[in-house]
Amino acid sequence: MELEKPILEVKDLRTRFHIAEGTVYAVNGVSFHLDHGETIALVGESGCGKSVTMMSIMGLIPIPPGEIANGQALYKGRDLLKLSEDEMEDLRGKDIAMVFQDPMTAFNPVLTIGRQLGEPMRVHMGMDKQNIQQLSLELFEQVGISDPAQRLKDYPHQFSGGMRQRAMIAMALCCSPSILIADEPTTALDVTIQAQIVELVQTIRTNMNMSVIWITHDLGVVAEIAERVLVMYAGFLVEEALVDDLYEDPRHPYTQALLAALPRVDRHRHSRLQSIPGAPPNLLVAPTGCPFVQRCQFAFDLCRNEMPPLIQVGLNHQAACWLDVTTGKER
Amino acid sequence: MTDAQPVPHPTTPPLVQVVQLKKHFPIRQGLIFEKEIGSVKAVDGISFSIQRGETLGLVGESGCGKTTAGRTILGLYPITAGQVIISGISLESASKDQMKSFRQKAQLIFQDPYASLNPRWTVSAIIGEPIRVHHLLPDVKARDERVHELMLKVGLSPRLINRFPHEFSGGQRQRIGVARALASNPEFIVCDEPISALDVSIQAQVVNLLEDLQDEFNLTYLFIAHDLSMVRHICDRVAVMYLGVIVELADKDELYENPLHPYTQALLSAVPIPDPKKSRARKRTVLPGDVPSPSNPPSGCRFHPRCPVGIERCKIDIPEWREITPGHWVACHLVMNPEIL
Repeated sequence: MELEKPILEVKDLRTRFHIAEGTVYAVNGVSFHLDHGETIALVGESGCGKSVTMMSIMGLIPIPPGEIANGQALYKGRDLLKLSEDEMEDLRGKDIAMVFQDPMTAFNPVLTIGRQLGEPMRVHMGMDKQNIQQLSLELFEQVGISDPAQRLKDYPHQFSGGMRQRAMIAMALCCSPSILIADEPTTALDVTIQAQIVELVQTIRTNMNMSVIWITHDLGVVAEIAERVLVMYAGFLVEEALVDDLYEDPRHPYTQALLAALPRVDRHRHSRLQSIPGAPPNLLVAPTGCPFVQRCQFAFDLCRNEMPPLIQVGLNHQAACWLDVTTGKER
Repeated sequence: MTDAQPVPHPTTPPLVQVVQLKKHFPIRQGLIFEKEIGSVKAVDGISFSIQRGETLGLVGESGCGKTTAGRTILGLYPITAGQVIISGISLESASKDQMKSFRQKAQLIFQDPYASLNPRWTVSAIIGEPIRVHHLLPDVKARDERVHELMLKVGLSPRLINRFPHEFSGGQRQRIGVARALASNPEFIVCDEPISALDVSIQAQVVNLLEDLQDEFNLTYLFIAHDLSMVRHICDRVAVMYLGVIVELADKDELYENPLHPYTQALLSAVPIPDPKKSRARKRTVLPGDVPSPSNPPSGCRFHPRCPVGIERCKIDIPEWREITPGHWVACHLVMNPEIL
């Protein structure tokens, strides 16, 4: 019975930052769920709130200036947003692990990789030196680092970007977490190295039956790795769909515009790129209406005054738009 | 639009000619009795030419030397060996006056729109700088008018002329960078990853702008990028670099549909396609390992330690740079001598 329920369920999350210039409305009522063994992707441009959403769930938002104004994040029935710092510390890395974007700065430069890899094993599992060494060797082999015994003694600067990201993944895996949150793990890497990391995460996920949340702005990577996709814009979830549906039949004007703006390596027809006019809205202004309204070619009065809720547009497919873009009619 | 342009006639002399260009950076050791203990061979003998009005793409992974190549071509680094000739002026033997005219004709658009604009200067000072430096318009009023005109050209409101860079978004800053590059009426612009730092929806705006300007002013671009999808979109021909050398150069459609070098093949197969069905269906070559250090490149073919099809000979002999079909150049033993496979 436990397996049928989603492993993580986020309800109406709202995160704000109170800064000198005013209040930044970073996340505005985001709800989603993650099933056992599923990979979902959270996509959006910089500043859309995808990282803040995950950091809010993980209790990594500095309060103040941050404020979690509302919401629930149920992990195996427990609300992560209500846990104390100690309880959260116990959970982080053990049940839910994170891999960060920048493999260059995520490590402490003055400690060896082996020491940093062993830390969660010592803290979370109380393992002794010998066991730590053995598990570290196994993990390094699993993530494809050759000569693991030697490499464990190395310092971060002796690793290349791709190797550091492998070491990060090894670190995330050491307590066999049930959820892996990967925040733009391949953005800083070259395409050939990115391909290696994507393949690695896919293999590990199948072997360990993990659930993965992959945060990215790259719609190409999403097509490769995700089963279900959540599209965010200016702190709102604007569309949610299974991966095939999203690419074949995007229902939100933003998703449509984003897909049309992409150049494609597999197409040779040279046509002008469809650019989206303007820029994302200022998050310092309290949102009224749809956040995409100023850049949307279909916008009408209702869009300016009221934010559309996520509306069911198909099986497992929701979009937050007042317009049914396939028929051109208002909902 | 680029495709509406006449195809550059092959008999006209190319605007840009690069011959066996090398750029090595010395590695020094010691404080007082400094001695050279080696060199980073960032660019190690590349040759190509660009026709007027053409866009040549230079792609490769980080550290392959593509940015160094672009900067050396513009004379921003002293050349170690080889030749660069732009619009009839040879970079090596140019006189002071010729060098000035060279710098006016060849411009650069930078990757990072945040670091490449002086934060203490107004937009007017930034865009006006090349006009001042090259004494193009001595009259202050005329200069202001020209800045106005340039801002309109790149899609910025001239009302913002006295603003500072921090008041602009990334995409707008890149437009300022483009306007600055245009200010001296250049013929040739090196675009060094001009869109890598921008979001997808903004990337398309800047790329369309670059294409429009090319049509209007008959500009010639060297487009340096690691995003192979964008390169296919914007370029006419593409050169693929690996560890300081060009391994393949061809017409863009030829290169993307019929890549011959194993590195190009692997690179293309690693590019994610935003279409889940296609992406599941295709076969991938995942290259093992990382790019080796350019201070000590592998012997023979530089790609051999990572090459999925390499043979014994690749470890010893440097493959020759040869034209396989008209306009399609490649350096690989296996492509040239298929019988040894």
